[in-house]
Amino acid sequence: MGPQKLLQLSQIGKSFSAIRVLDGISMDLNAGEVHVLAGENGAGKSTLIKILAGIHPEYDGTIELAGRPVRFATPHEANRQGISVIHQEMSLVDSMSVADNILLGREPARLGGWWLDRAAQIRRVLELCRQFDLTFTAAELSRPVEQFSLSVKNRIEIAKALAFDARILVMDEPTSALNRAEAEKLFTLMEALKRRGCGIIYISHKMEEIYRVADRITVLRDGKWVGTATVQQCPEPKLIQWMIGRELSEYIPPRARRPSPGGERPRLEVRAFHVPNPDPSRPDAVRNFSASVHAGEVVGLAGLQGAGGSELFQGLFGAYGEVCLGSVRIDGELFRPRSPGDSIRRGLAHLTADRKSTGLVLGLSVEQNVGLASLPELSPGGWLRPGLERQAATRHIGALRIRLASLGQEAGTLSGGNQQKVVLAKWLETRPKVLLLEEPTRGVDIGTKHEIYSLMNQWSAEGLAILLISTDMPELLGLSDRIIVLHRGEITASFDRGEATPEKILAAAMGSGAVIRRDHEPQRAERDGLAWSASFLEESSA
Amino acid sequence: MKRTFRRWIAIPSVRALLALALVVMIGSIYNADGAFFRWSTHRDMLRQVSTYGILASGMTLVIITGGIDLAVGSVLGLCAVLFAQLSLHQGLPALVAVAVVLAAGAASGLVSGTLVTRFKIQPFVATLAMMVLARGLAKWLSGGQKISRVIQQPDGNFSYVDLPPVFRLLDSRLLGGDLAAVTLIFFGCLAISWVVLAKLRYGRYLYATGGNEEAARLSGVPVVRAKLLAYGLSGLFGAIAGICQAAQEQQGDPEAGISYELTAIAIAVIGGNSLQGGRGSIGLTLLGALMIGYLEKILSLNAVGESSRLMLTGIIIIAAVLLQRRKPG
Repeated sequence: MGPQKLLQLSQIGKSFSAIRVLDGISMDLNAGEVHVLAGENGAGKSTLIKILAGIHPEYDGTIELAGRPVRFATPHEANRQGISVIHQEMSLVDSMSVADNILLGREPARLGGWWLDRAAQIRRVLELCRQFDLTFTAAELSRPVEQFSLSVKNRIEIAKALAFDARILVMDEPTSALNRAEAEKLFTLMEALKRRGCGIIYISHKMEEIYRVADRITVLRDGKWVGTATVQQCPEPKLIQWMIGRELSEYIPPRARRPSPGGERPRLEVRAFHVPNPDPSRPDAVRNFSASVHAGEVVGLAGLQGAGGSELFQGLFGAYGEVCLGSVRIDGELFRPRSPGDSIRRGLAHLTADRKSTGLVLGLSVEQNVGLASLPELSPGGWLRPGLERQAATRHIGALRIRLASLGQEAGTLSGGNQQKVVLAKWLETRPKVLLLEEPTRGVDIGTKHEIYSLMNQWSAEGLAILLISTDMPELLGLSDRIIVLHRGEITASFDRGEATPEKILAAAMGSGAVIRRDHEPQRAERDGLAWSASFLEESSA
Repeated sequence: MKRTFRRWIAIPSVRALLALALVVMIGSIYNADGAFFRWSTHRDMLRQVSTYGILASGMTLVIITGGIDLAVGSVLGLCAVLFAQLSLHQGLPALVAVAVVLAAGAASGLVSGTLVTRFKIQPFVATLAMMVLARGLAKWLSGGQKISRVIQQPDGNFSYVDLPPVFRLLDSRLLGGDLAAVTLIFFGCLAISWVVLAKLRYGRYLYATGGNEEAARLSGVPVVRAKLLAYGLSGLFGAIAGICQAAQEQQGDPEAGISYELTAIAIAVIGGNSLQGGRGSIGLTLLGALMIGYLEKILSLNAVGESSRLMLTGIIIIAAVLLQRRKPG
């Protein structure tokens, strides 16, 4: 007898207004396994998950839970039958407390369900947290969720799923907002869940992660089932081929590297840059950052969540206003970050990590989004010139190979990868000198990732200077000429391309055993009296 | 065929037109013995809806930024009082009086805008406060009395002032009585808002701000100035409506315009402008104004009592909004 089968999906199909988005999908899930569901954006993964979660009650085919056919009409029904989905976009109510969120929808109650039993609620949640190594105190459980980091929120989501005694967990890109260490914690938690007999359906675009967690892999493409295999039978090249239907020559395309920049003037030069913390009682978000980026160079920034990379970009870009200290030069000219509009005029572009909340205006058309940051040029004298905007958008859509029905299409109706390309087009249209890229490939499919890498190579060949933040380690290592590591707002290490390894970067990001190049002055760390200052003395360039 | 229909029905202006056609159809059925088909009915409808429409033209700009302006009704009252006082009692030349009143209206709008942008007060609360404040100001300026042509002298006798020509001009009819001056002004306000929204860079800024303020800000969009423009124009249009109201009533009534802001909001929303911001157009507001105008007209032609009229209007607003709801996803 094999392992216990928790779930069997047979011949699942689904159409949206005459368009067949899913066709004949079959897949099963055993107790104690992680079954990775892979495929490019638009392959139908999300639709399949939504059917399983009871969000789409209309579909063809059958779902069997432990051999018993079921049909969910509502998410609540699916929940009650032990299926919990941890969505890409968090489903927590930010203003409610941790405990309220975890038990949302099944609050322990008295008096026929109308009277909340707070004490029982806290007891129940504490018990749950103890089982899964979530160290919340009773006081913390009463704090609103919005006060916690994304990583903690992620684990609150999982606790919420477990509160429903879920046996089947669906995780849709759960690590997209997590850094490496936080992701590791999640994987450990997943191991514990497997031992308890849960089955996990796991969706991810990160190769590394897929091979870290998967027992079996099922691949969808264009709404159809392509194959299912155990992880041993499905090495990376085969998986990629299954997903995109062709072979990718290389994961990260090679780039003609520039000779090491000598005396020439850097495009971006930052000296002793400080970004204050929004809460003035806390230390600066970024302290004493110095770096220079030359034309054609890609400098990577590594660090754990909250290390200050994002704050550094926002400070440089003027998103906080005129509050940062230190000197910034663009092409040798002194520049004081003041406002995003001013920074754009001076040749900076900032691709934010979250395209939906800070990158795109979803209700505006593709064309209008592309032109948004360059409107002063595209509307001379303050009058809009639709012809100019159309021209600009058409140019970028060709160059970036953005797939869309029409230029007037709302940006929100595009797939994730194409949305990301629209944001990139918006920034290219400003004709920047320096690109600040934050997670340029987050949540995009592997084909688009590859395209974005090639584009980045092309841009740097054209003389742009690129600063890159990425939590995807192979991406960071593969694209960067140099990698600067931040820990709690300070530089702890800097590596040239050849010497960087994931282990070294992680060690420096966690603030221990750091190595530093000569051009970063270690004495300020000593000045600040920080605990790890001694480790700065070890030189790496030997 | 079916797909073409689906595509068409997804366009907001098409839906608003259908809703308007429905209203007109109801009018043709309940035509009050043919009264609905008389030209004068449509003409009067336009005149009656004009004041609300002027307010709605400004309201649309604010709604597109994701805000709301509850103060316009009170600004109308304040400006009506101010205009009457300046031109009837102070005897200022018409142009000067108009300029001062317009400036006052725009200034009150800018105060709302400043509260929203600089002090980060929610638009609903900020303009609610301005609504109360402007109403109080109107009552203080007028001493609670209507400012009319009758002036009480210190000796207790009454004297009359002649009605300045600007009052007659603004209350006149053009084209042999077919077009009221106030309707012309309404169209002018629509045109201004249309130019701002569809033709100017700042119009795009309004949509971007309402659609995703943070993304807009990080794209270099001056969101603060965009919002100030919207609230400023809304206040300006409030002043225009106030001047028109004063001219029609031949007096400045400190109670004028109470709850007009709600009708203006209803016009914008019933036309299909989203209260969440980022979507909408001035054409939708025009269609909304026609819907509200015809609705009122049909109900009054058929001598529906006020209580039933209010209930029916409420139900019809809900129906119109449900009809226009965007399909999820």
